[in-house]
Amino acid sequence: MSERTEFAFYDGNSLAGPLSEVFAVELTTAVGRCRSCGKSSEVATFRVYGPEPGFVGHCPHCEDVLLRLVRTPDALWLDFSGVSALRISMPADSTGS
Amino acid sequence: MEGPADVLEVVVMSIVSRGFRGRRRDSNQRLPPGQYLTDDFPVLSAGPTPRISLDDWEFTVVTELGQSHRWSWKELTGLSAESVTADIHCVTRWSKLDTAWRGVSIDTLLADVETAADFALIHSYGGYSTNLPLEDLLDGKAWVAYEYNGQELAPEHGGPARLLVPHLYFWKSAKWVRGIELMPQDFPGFWEQLGYHDYGDPWREQRYQGD
Repeated sequence: MSERTEFAFYDGNSLAGPLSEVFAVELTTAVGRCRSCGKSSEVATFRVYGPEPGFVGHCPHCEDVLLRLVRTPDALWLDFSGVSALRISMPADSTGS
Repeated sequence: MEGPADVLEVVVMSIVSRGFRGRRRDSNQRLPPGQYLTDDFPVLSAGPTPRISLDDWEFTVVTELGQSHRWSWKELTGLSAESVTADIHCVTRWSKLDTAWRGVSIDTLLADVETAADFALIHSYGGYSTNLPLEDLLDGKAWVAYEYNGQELAPEHGGPARLLVPHLYFWKSAKWVRGIELMPQDFPGFWEQLGYHDYGDPWREQRYQGD
């Protein structure tokens, strides 16, 4: 059977490909805070449903929707509104300040 | 000179080609552009399957003036039901012919609802939503379906009840449906907010915004 069971979600690493199409930094290791429950989790730990009709990343704590991503033939649509803040690791500031 | 093998070949060819062409012509006419036929029933979900006990389940219609009409599971399934056989078309390009459903027509649910709304926003348990013009829910075009193939509708296919609007792409047939919000203006639903077409007519291949 080609039917997927209800438990068949992926982890957030499945977002690496589509996110790398538009972001210069690796976002799966970024940490997002859930707007709904306030808990933080690495993007790689989001519970991701999809890829069709689109990716939907759910909070691993409260299951609310954190992000949605749809790739149409000529655009990428991204909704990060379920994430109140995203912490992205950057190289240490080398400007000496 | 015709040998037995030649005769046999001619007979087989004619049976095969007649039957094959007949079925293909019929199926092709029922297949919108860009779609392929499947005998499976693929499961596409945007989130975990909601589990709602039938004791807690309810279906709510809210009008543009804020008036609510509610049906418990017992009340919904006590309404006159219809059997519906329909072809369904998913925006991810699969189509399935002659699917068999049973449920309550939206005409029945809205019979005593006073509204001047032109649009409907469908809400589901689990947070999903989808929008469509109210007229696409009326006149025998849409149902709240709770049986598939003579069985109660399985949770992965939207049970206990889903919307069935077979003339539009199947994302409009919201799984785990819990109500209809009637609105004077259109408001985009879950996928319509994110690049999918506002209306979604499979025969005009309205998959994405701008199609």
